[in-house]
Amino acid sequence: MTTRIVELRRGILKKNDELAAGLRERFASAGVLVLNLVSSPGTGKTALLERTLRDLRSRGMRVAALVGDLETDHDARRLAASGAPVRQINTHGICHLDAEMVGRHLDAWPDVALSSLDCLFIENVGNLVCPSSYDLGERIRVVLLSVTEGEDKPLKYPGLFNSADAAVITKMDLAAPCGFDRELATGNVNQIRPGIRIFYTSAKTGAGIEEWLNYLAGQARCL
Amino acid sequence: MHELSIAASIVDAVGETAAAYPGARVKQVRLRIGVLSAVIQDSLQFCWELATEGSPAAGATLVIDTLPVIVHCEACGQDSQLDGVQNFRCPRCGEIAADLRQGRELEIESIEIEDLEPDESAPKKPDIEALDPVEEQR
Repeated sequence: MTTRIVELRRGILKKNDELAAGLRERFASAGVLVLNLVSSPGTGKTALLERTLRDLRSRGMRVAALVGDLETDHDARRLAASGAPVRQINTHGICHLDAEMVGRHLDAWPDVALSSLDCLFIENVGNLVCPSSYDLGERIRVVLLSVTEGEDKPLKYPGLFNSADAAVITKMDLAAPCGFDRELATGNVNQIRPGIRIFYTSAKTGAGIEEWLNYLAGQARCL
Repeated sequence: MHELSIAASIVDAVGETAAAYPGARVKQVRLRIGVLSAVIQDSLQFCWELATEGSPAAGATLVIDTLPVIVHCEACGQDSQLDGVQNFRCPRCGEIAADLRQGRELEIESIEIEDLEPDESAPKKPDIEALDPVEEQR
């Protein structure tokens, strides 16, 4: 009997990475800005997106959203009230979206052509761990953190926060009642992901939304 | 969490490679996992047996090499290893260092296989290179 070592040196998620690279090329050639929104459940991804879709549309931008949840189409129905095309992805127990799911749903979405969009939002399944491993071909990964979750979330979940390109602190209207320490939270985000752009928003009152929308519009223009 | 699907991806890749060595047994699968990869090693070990059941990787041990974060510091131009994942500053000069050079890896490094019959030890696919056993520590 002989024993040998066979070197593979390949990514475990190679298939996902290849699919994501294909999507990224597709998005780039269609000239659409794609964002992947990640956070824990209940941070307010859908609330921010409801407002974002509505307000970007009123600025004349062409926007759409794919929204991931384990079950139900509640979020898709909420988002569709904005008038933007929205499609629900139900993962049926899987704790994250992957590139195959995104590609499959884009192909099965006949009324939406990527080239007719300025911005496509992908709302991931609420989870601060698993989505960080799965590239969806997005250009910008946005991590959300609500004031009710505690300022130390970035330190507890460094993998996801470190993989983000922008951060949005949500529910700022609750900052005072929660005793939210803005400087501490900002410092913690910067400690895990130095130099990242941070927005402080309330989808309810509209605070900070203008700056967030300007950022998105600017990024979409860069394509 | 997602460790079962990670394990299933590993099993697929091992199966593809092992197919080039008919009759051989996979003894060990070696991974390189960065500390920022969001994979919980205990969970991965826990579901390994289940994921490998009935596959060419059945009975193989899973060995995980943990890779610390290495950042490149623009201020001093050096690459340095960080002690943890809580503070992205250059340990040499104290400047902020966001340029990650290692720490997100999620890779299969190698598999160790045992040929049952020496005559069949030659790989059928010429593009897969059989190398000499590597040392345990790199």
